[in-house]
Amino acid sequence: MNVQDSQLSAFRAEAREWLDRNFPKSLAGRREELMDAAPLYPEGEDWAAWKTAMGGKGWGTPTWPAEYGGGGLSKAEARILNDEIERIGGFNPIMGMGVNMLGPTLLEYGSEEQKTRHIPPVVTGDIRWCQGYSEPGAGSDLASLKTKAEDKGDHYLVNGQKIWTSGSMYADWCFCLVRTNNDHKHEGISFLLIDMKTPGVEVRPITLISGKQTFAEVFFTDVKVPKGNLVGELRQGWTIAKRLMQHERNGIGARKASQGELRPVHEVAIEYIGTDDQGRIADADLRARIARHQMWERAQRLTVERVVAESKQGPSEATSVMKNAGSVSIQTREELLMEIMGTQGIGWDGDDYTQVEKEQARQMLQNKANSIYGGTYEIQNNIISKRILGMLDHQ
Amino acid sequence: MAVLNEEQQMLRDGAQDWVTDRAPVSAFRKMRDSGETTDKALWKEIAEMGWAGIVIPEEYGGSDFGLTGMGLVLEETGKTLTASPLFISGLVAATALKEMGSDAQKSEWLPKIADGSAIVTLAVDEGTRHDTARTKLEAKASGDGYSLSGTKTMVIEGMAADAMLVLARTGGAAGDTDGLTLFLVPADAKGVTRSPLAVFDYRGYAKVSFDGVTVGKDAVLGTVGGAHAPLEKVLDVARVGIAAEMLGMCQQAFDTTLAYLKTRVQFNTILAQFQALQHRMADLFMELQLARSVVEHAVRAIDAGSDDAEEAAVLAKGFVGDVSNRMTRQMIQLHGGIGMTDQYDAGFYIKRSRALEATFGNQAQHVERWAQMRGY
Repeated sequence: MNVQDSQLSAFRAEAREWLDRNFPKSLAGRREELMDAAPLYPEGEDWAAWKTAMGGKGWGTPTWPAEYGGGGLSKAEARILNDEIERIGGFNPIMGMGVNMLGPTLLEYGSEEQKTRHIPPVVTGDIRWCQGYSEPGAGSDLASLKTKAEDKGDHYLVNGQKIWTSGSMYADWCFCLVRTNNDHKHEGISFLLIDMKTPGVEVRPITLISGKQTFAEVFFTDVKVPKGNLVGELRQGWTIAKRLMQHERNGIGARKASQGELRPVHEVAIEYIGTDDQGRIADADLRARIARHQMWERAQRLTVERVVAESKQGPSEATSVMKNAGSVSIQTREELLMEIMGTQGIGWDGDDYTQVEKEQARQMLQNKANSIYGGTYEIQNNIISKRILGMLDHQ
Repeated sequence: MAVLNEEQQMLRDGAQDWVTDRAPVSAFRKMRDSGETTDKALWKEIAEMGWAGIVIPEEYGGSDFGLTGMGLVLEETGKTLTASPLFISGLVAATALKEMGSDAQKSEWLPKIADGSAIVTLAVDEGTRHDTARTKLEAKASGDGYSLSGTKTMVIEGMAADAMLVLARTGGAAGDTDGLTLFLVPADAKGVTRSPLAVFDYRGYAKVSFDGVTVGKDAVLGTVGGAHAPLEKVLDVARVGIAAEMLGMCQQAFDTTLAYLKTRVQFNTILAQFQALQHRMADLFMELQLARSVVEHAVRAIDAGSDDAEEAAVLAKGFVGDVSNRMTRQMIQLHGGIGMTDQYDAGFYIKRSRALEATFGNQAQHVERWAQMRGY
């Protein structure tokens, strides 16, 4: 055993001991249930204690620098911590866009003052962030956004509208793309941090085909934003946003890799459709499609693992590949489950359908967004063909 | 590309350089035009570089780099379609002898396989669809040994082989997994008749008939009647080897097609500017990445003897076979008319892909196996 290995096994022992003291046993194996239960943080004393412990230790953001409250761990240590948390049926209670998107971006582009002010409450999970990117006229063509921020000397005056702003109903702050210059499309965009409690900010939830309200519209009317809330240079917003979107896509692609706890599709098929005298799913065509789906899913997860093992610094263009492969996996799964459940799979409400069946219908619809948000499947293919494959811009 | 250690990196770099310098696709075309099915000169070079001994233990003259090492080489030689007995002798027969052979068999054959002085092949298939359990070739006890009668087909490098590992039935009936025995039979044994099969990938295959071929008891590999399970493990190694070769082919088919799209002009613009083609290439690129992950996982799982080695092999053969078929089909489609001509290389790739897919179980059979392994 070399020095590094022995340090890592010492860390494993430390992590194991700390988790044993701090992870409430009552939460073991309940990640999905707790996370899906509410758009807000789940309630309860044990949850609060777990969140406080992880936030205080900085282990919810294990690789972030300790000077801002992060765990200060190496990638290898963070992987061990993750293993140990999974081993006891635990999960990371520190989550959201502050963790997955804004934090890494601020650490890269933020001023010292911004880091000192905004990173610690993300680490402890006390402040929630939302992402002010898309607008009614700026979806796939995000850079055509119009929400403007005018220089008023000591502050920016923001006017405009954002849409598909996930979690904005509960967010404390918003990181926002705004137009500070009309002469240049991409180079006219800046990156602003906006306090959602500022007068002039209004949030209106959107009801989706799944019946859920996870997105909202956000209106800005004469919102005053201090100049110190500009991240990076003026008109550098697009560069920062692209970097941040890589963090986001990385999350969307990788998230599916952690869903080992989902019920295998073939088990659901056996329950609803039954088996022939040799124990095979009674619908031969469906059975083959389930097997092909599972093989794809396994290949996709192995790819996430490979990309993580190979990556030296953060997400890259390979992220676009991961995002598309991930959305194919999850959407195929949901379509298969709906087909398997038959007419029970389209139940919407009432006692004729189980909770699982009703959730399934919503889940299938909800996951249609996977190939839309964070840049559509087609936009990812533009990125792959342009940036990775070097195929020129289409005319 | 997975994270490789220094030895693996050197092996891969060496293979890349050799393939570029010595074994480009034009070498395969030259061999094909001459009517040969194996490139004997390149095989000699391969043996001299020690690649035939990659999976063979050092005590038998090999380098013991495992399937991970062999996979790296097969991927590179797969890119340019190098036709040699490396796969069947250096990987498949070597693995069978290593896993199932007696000390005497290993001592006699492994050093010769490692240095390329002997080519050993595996003769298992009899019908149109790979299925070891359906073996009919009969081995009757006779005197001090056995007498073999029956026919094998699609024997890889069957004409070039010095010896064959022949799967025969010593008990039970066609369809049973019990009663199968693997015999080592010299190619020049009395009663062995070999005839070449002209297959569309231009490689060496043979039909071999056995007419009362007598062998001693010492020709049995492993236990009498118990060959099925250990041989399936050997075949899983072979399947991953094929997947590695297909991965190399897929990579090359993709790169060649991409380069073509960047040069071919229609409507006063290069084809690479059309979004329909960009998106098709982006989708193929995604599948190529998944195929790579599957192969790199499988070689490691088998070398480590991990619990999911069988699943990894099934995934590799089934998934990469599917990707390889799609990739080579699109190679033709995206090249248009020129892709249909013999003078262009695209045809070589689609032909090789189909031949590999049919070898040791096609992708549909592996989808079936996946479902069975998971108990549905």
